[in-house]
Amino acid sequence: MKRPQLDRTAIAPELRRLERRLMLRGMVSLGGLSLLSGCALDDEPAVERALARVMSLTDRAQALLFSRHRLAREFDASRITRPFPFNAYYGQDDVRTVDPAQWRLEVSGLVADRRPWSLAQFRALPQKRQITRHICVEGWSAIGCWSGVPLSVFLNRVGADLRAKYVDFHCFDDYSTSIDMATALHPQTVMVLDFDDRGLPAAYGAPMKVRIPTKLGYKNPKYLAAISVTNRFPGGYWEDQGYDWFGGS
Amino acid sequence: MPRPRRTPTPVIRITHWIGALSMLAMIGSGWQIYNASPILPFSFPSWMTLGGWLAGGIAWHFAAMWTLMGAGCVYLAHGVVSGHFRRDLRPQGARAIGRDMGLALRFRLSHAPGRYNAVQRLLYTGVLIVAALTVASGLSIWKPVQLGWLTWLFGGYDIARRIHFTMMALIVGFLIVHVVLALLVPSTLFGMVFGRRPAPQDPETVR
Ligand code: HEM
Repeated sequence: MKRPQLDRTAIAPELRRLERRLMLRGMVSLGGLSLLSGCALDDEPAVERALARVMSLTDRAQALLFSRHRLAREFDASRITRPFPFNAYYGQDDVRTVDPAQWRLEVSGLVADRRPWSLAQFRALPQKRQITRHICVEGWSAIGCWSGVPLSVFLNRVGADLRAKYVDFHCFDDYSTSIDMATALHPQTVMVLDFDDRGLPAAYGAPMKVRIPTKLGYKNPKYLAAISVTNRFPGGYWEDQGYDWFGGS
Repeated sequence: MPRPRRTPTPVIRITHWIGALSMLAMIGSGWQIYNASPILPFSFPSWMTLGGWLAGGIAWHFAAMWTLMGAGCVYLAHGVVSGHFRRDLRPQGARAIGRDMGLALRFRLSHAPGRYNAVQRLLYTGVLIVAALTVASGLSIWKPVQLGWLTWLFGGYDIARRIHFTMMALIVGFLIVHVVLALLVPSTLFGMVFGRRPAPQDPETVR
C-alpha cells in the first residue's frame, strides 16, 4: 500500500494530462452533479467532510458487529501462502532492522508497570500459534502462520487499565496504528515472535509484529517499538490519511 | 368513479432514484477499489472511477452502501406489503415472455402506465435478486470474520470476491439495457419521476 512520492517537475506533462482527466471525471461522477460546482466531487471539502462523518458512523457499526468471542477461521498448514507477500508503505529494500539483543518494547500510558520489555521476557510467557488469513484493504489476501504472546496476556501482566478505550502501537519504521480495547483483548490478537515456526524474518516485522486476524492488514503493525494504553484517540499512519480507523474483518 | 392513483407510487419513485444514484456511486468507487488489486488482467481507466485513490474509493463505497441498503429495505418492504411485487413484478410464464420479447424486438411492446410487460418483469425481478446478492457478497468480503457464515455460504473469501465482481458486471449489463430502453420510451422516464395516471377505463389498472 504505497502512496507514490511525486517529483512534480519530472511529471508536469503527466500532471496536466491528469488534470484534464480529473475534469472529465468531474463530468462523469454522479451524472455531472459536480460540474455545477465546477470541480471534481471528490476534492470538494464539504464532500470530504461528509464522507468522513459517514465513515465514523460505519466505524461505529463495525464496533457493534465485533464480538470478542467470534474467531477468525484457522487453516491447515498446507494452505499457507508461499512465499508470503511483503507489504509496507515503502519497498522491501528499505526494510529497517535492529539488534534483537538491544531491542526493547517501550510501555506507556494507563499501565501499572512501565518498564520496557526485552525479547527474552516475551519468550518466557505462554505462546499461541495461529494459521489465519491476512486480508489487505487492497483486496488481496494471504494465509500465514504466526505465533507469540496473546496481547491480553501482556496487558494483564503490565497491569493495563482494561477499561481504557485504545491500544496505540508505534514502530521503528515510523509506522503507527491503534486499535480498540475489545479487539486488543480478543484471543487471536497476538504479539508475534515467530513466523512459520521460526524467528520472525525482517521482511515480516522482526523482531515483533502484532497479528490481529479480526482486522485488515494495515491494523497489524510490524517492527513494533512502543505500546501505549490510552483514552485519547491515537489515529495511525494510514488512518490519518483517510483509511477507516476500525478496519475490522 | 375515483381518479386512478399515480403510478408507480411515490415510495417506489423516490427509492428507485436514491437506489440508482447509490448504485452508480457504488460501481464507480468499486472500480477504484478493484484497481488497487485487480483480479482480472485489466484495470478501469481512472476517469471512470470515483474517490481519487483507494481510501477515497472506500469512503464512497461505504457511504453509498448505507443509502443503497436504506432505499433497498424501504423499497422491498413496500413492495411486499403493498402487493406491488406479487401484482406487478412477478415474472409470467415462458409464453408471455416469448410473446413480449418478439413485440419488443419489433418495437411494438406496449408500456401502459402501471403495468409492466413480461420482459420488464423478468428483468426487474432478476436485477433485484442480483442486487441483493451483490450486497450480501459485499458484506461477506467486508466481514469474513464477524459474518463468517455468509463468507462460507459464498464459498470462502476468494470466491466471494469474484462473485461480488460478477454481480457488479450483471448490474452494469442490466443498467445499459435498462437506460437505453428508458430513453427509447421517454414517457416511462417521465413516469418514473413524476408518476402517471393510468387510463381510468382500463379495468386492470384501476385499483
Ligand atoms: C440511472 C439510471 C436509471 C434510469 C434512467 C432508470 C430508469 C427507470 C425507469 C424509466 C423505470 C420505469 C420503467 C417503466 O415504467 O416502464 C425504472 C424502473 C425500475 N428500475 Fe430503473 N433506472 C435507472 C437505474 C436503475 C438501477 C441502478 C436499478 C437497480 C439495480 C434499477 C432498477 C429498476 C427497477 C427494479 C424498476 C422497477 C421498479 C418498480 O416498479 O418496482 N434502475 N427505471
